[in-house]
Amino acid sequence: MKFLNLIAVTVSTLVVATVATAGSITVVSWGGAYTKSQVEAYHKPWAKKTGNTVVSEDYSGGLAEVKAQVESGNVTWDVVDVELSDALQGCDEGILEVIDPSTLPAAPDGTPATDDFMDGALQECAVGNIVWSTIYAYDKTKFDTAPTTMADFFDVKKFPGKRGMRKLGKAMLEMALMGDGVPASEVYDLLNTPAGVDRAFAKLDTIKDHVVWWEAGAQPPQLLADGEVTMTIVWNGRIFNAIAAEGQPFGLVWDGQVYDLDLFVIPKGSKNKEAALDFIRFSTDTKRLADQASWINYGPVRNSSIPMIGTYHSDSSINMVDHMPTTEAALKNALQNDFMFWADNGEELNERFNAWLAK
Amino acid sequence: MLASQNNSNDEMLTNDGIPLKKKLAKSLFKSRLRAFGLVTPLLLLISLGFVFPILVFLTRGVYNDTFEKYMINLTPMLAEWDGKTEPTEEMFEALVLDLVALKKSKNIGKVASRMNRELSGSRSLFTSSARKAKKLESPFKESLIQVKKKWGNLDTWRAMKVTSHSLTPVFLASALDMKYTADGTIVQKPEERRIHVRLFVRTLEISLIVVIAGLILGYPVAFLLASLPIRISNLLLILVLLPFWTSLLVRTTAWIAMLQGQGVLNDMFVVFGIATDEDRFTLIYNKAGTLISMTHILLPFMILPIYSVMKTIPPSYVRAAKSMGATSWTAFWRIYFPQTIPGIGAGAILVFILAISFYITPALIGGQDGTMISNFIDYHMRKSLNWSLAAAMGGVLLVIVLFLYWIYDRVVGIDNMKLG
Repeated sequence: MKFLNLIAVTVSTLVVATVATAGSITVVSWGGAYTKSQVEAYHKPWAKKTGNTVVSEDYSGGLAEVKAQVESGNVTWDVVDVELSDALQGCDEGILEVIDPSTLPAAPDGTPATDDFMDGALQECAVGNIVWSTIYAYDKTKFDTAPTTMADFFDVKKFPGKRGMRKLGKAMLEMALMGDGVPASEVYDLLNTPAGVDRAFAKLDTIKDHVVWWEAGAQPPQLLADGEVTMTIVWNGRIFNAIAAEGQPFGLVWDGQVYDLDLFVIPKGSKNKEAALDFIRFSTDTKRLADQASWINYGPVRNSSIPMIGTYHSDSSINMVDHMPTTEAALKNALQNDFMFWADNGEELNERFNAWLAK
Repeated sequence: MLASQNNSNDEMLTNDGIPLKKKLAKSLFKSRLRAFGLVTPLLLLISLGFVFPILVFLTRGVYNDTFEKYMINLTPMLAEWDGKTEPTEEMFEALVLDLVALKKSKNIGKVASRMNRELSGSRSLFTSSARKAKKLESPFKESLIQVKKKWGNLDTWRAMKVTSHSLTPVFLASALDMKYTADGTIVQKPEERRIHVRLFVRTLEISLIVVIAGLILGYPVAFLLASLPIRISNLLLILVLLPFWTSLLVRTTAWIAMLQGQGVLNDMFVVFGIATDEDRFTLIYNKAGTLISMTHILLPFMILPIYSVMKTIPPSYVRAAKSMGATSWTAFWRIYFPQTIPGIGAGAILVFILAISFYITPALIGGQDGTMISNFIDYHMRKSLNWSLAAAMGGVLLVIVLFLYWIYDRVVGIDNMKLG
């Protein structure tokens, strides 16, 4: 009798397990507060609506895993949250599925999706979801006067202490030029010349001895909280989370921000392509994008979502619209990351950046 | 002639008339086959799961057929082109044909990525030209240059010529901070882009320092463990083994907590007045941090072989030396120490080989000047996706290790190594 029970239990578990995997997709994103915002705004409602389950995985960017999965024919990721440059490169290399933008839901007022998304958010193989930004933040308790400009970040005399920076050429070179007084609009013109690159590295040289380098997005708020640095380059959502959710005494500076898009892609050969497409359609509709913004201050890429942005999920006194990278005040001296520039010069500049770092 | 005849006559035969030598070889062969059969599963696993993939991957360092495979029309023409004269209309036509085909098959990105490694800016040159290639009309030379001026540039064509060779020293040269040019010469890269040689040297330097530091710290510990009574030494051995059993990642993270600016060590320095609160020591995210934590993490690999060799040395030898008038130092240096050399050899080579390929610790603690070559192999594997360069760098590292192993064998002798 016991034995029969055991068999019955085993069989029923197996059946449940197969049903679960049949309607399950794996969504891969950047972890931490950002993934949490997606789980709350996209995964849970979608799972509830369709009865499917969503497995959430973390990664730290780049196309390496996607490439390895597609080339080995064993694709286990169904939806991946990538940066714009990776979305384009992956599409060119044929490792991403093509997504037809006309199948995306229209805005509530009937505006077709193709007009509702901001420039660059709809690509051949990718659908945008947020605008995020690389900015710098500081520890309020360490300074009497608050820093306000990018130049202040590079001024270790006026604002003493260590600096946290991302261990990558991208955005750091742009910020170095802006810190040297170059207006945002002229940064890429200058970086396209050898003299401009030299100038950026010369500026980085001035604070090299004061820099702690980070690689994962969760590190900079931690460095700041530990007192390892007094200022750090950071992704705006992460630092907002530290301030709003953890009550840390940090301030952030929008001057000289470098903003970029994150997009959803589907690795070529995904076994759940239809479900993945459905997930992307659902998650990038007007309401979900607006919902997501109440968990973290990454801006929605649909224009129709912006009026629907509410307050912070745990504190209704924080109006999320005021904290987006796309407010007028934040965009005063802001730079959109030039993906074409980095697609062309990334290898050479990162090589030089690494060589400079290792010196 | 005579000698050989004698030999064959002397040959011993078994009962059934077969020469003994043959019979013996036959039965030995059988037992060898049985023994071989027993190790076959492991052998298969290692060769299929380890040796073969590594060899296949290493070939990527000298072989990359991306260009040749996809630019089918242009590649043979580039082989004939001398790299100095203006490219002909036929070459432009072949290029346009290839671009159109690649756009259709969605492989343009692969070629564009490969070309961009050779010449910065080629990625957009290829992808944007491919988008327009279908509408281009002859003469292709003019129409293509109209799309992108760079097509009229000889450097673009020379880079394509270099890339069109599948079997290529490009990546090996790059792994050694050099550049392979279209006319077949290898030149050094400009100073601000040289990085790998410096890293190889630093990797060797760090590994060597870790070995020496491990030896200085580990030898007395091993000696203490070997000379104490079993009851106490077993207890102390736990202290060596406990960190040894702890995950590498945990120990590395623990060192971060210890060494960081607001960490335990610096706090202690401040309390004792060695450092001031504003001006704390930088013990982490640099070479010092890497050295400290790597020495600690690899210490058990030094202590354990030395300890197990010391355990086998009978104490009577040293006693005998002393009874014959040797001082404590002479007895140790002339009698005891030489007997521990096999353990030192084993510990040193174990620590060195592990250290040279260390990856997690320098990645987390290394910061800017404490990273090692393995971190850059990882960088090219996961971030830049330049697997060919990663393979070339891995190959160079393998050659260096094998070379050092060979030197070690010549100087110390590999038979001299003892793990207990």
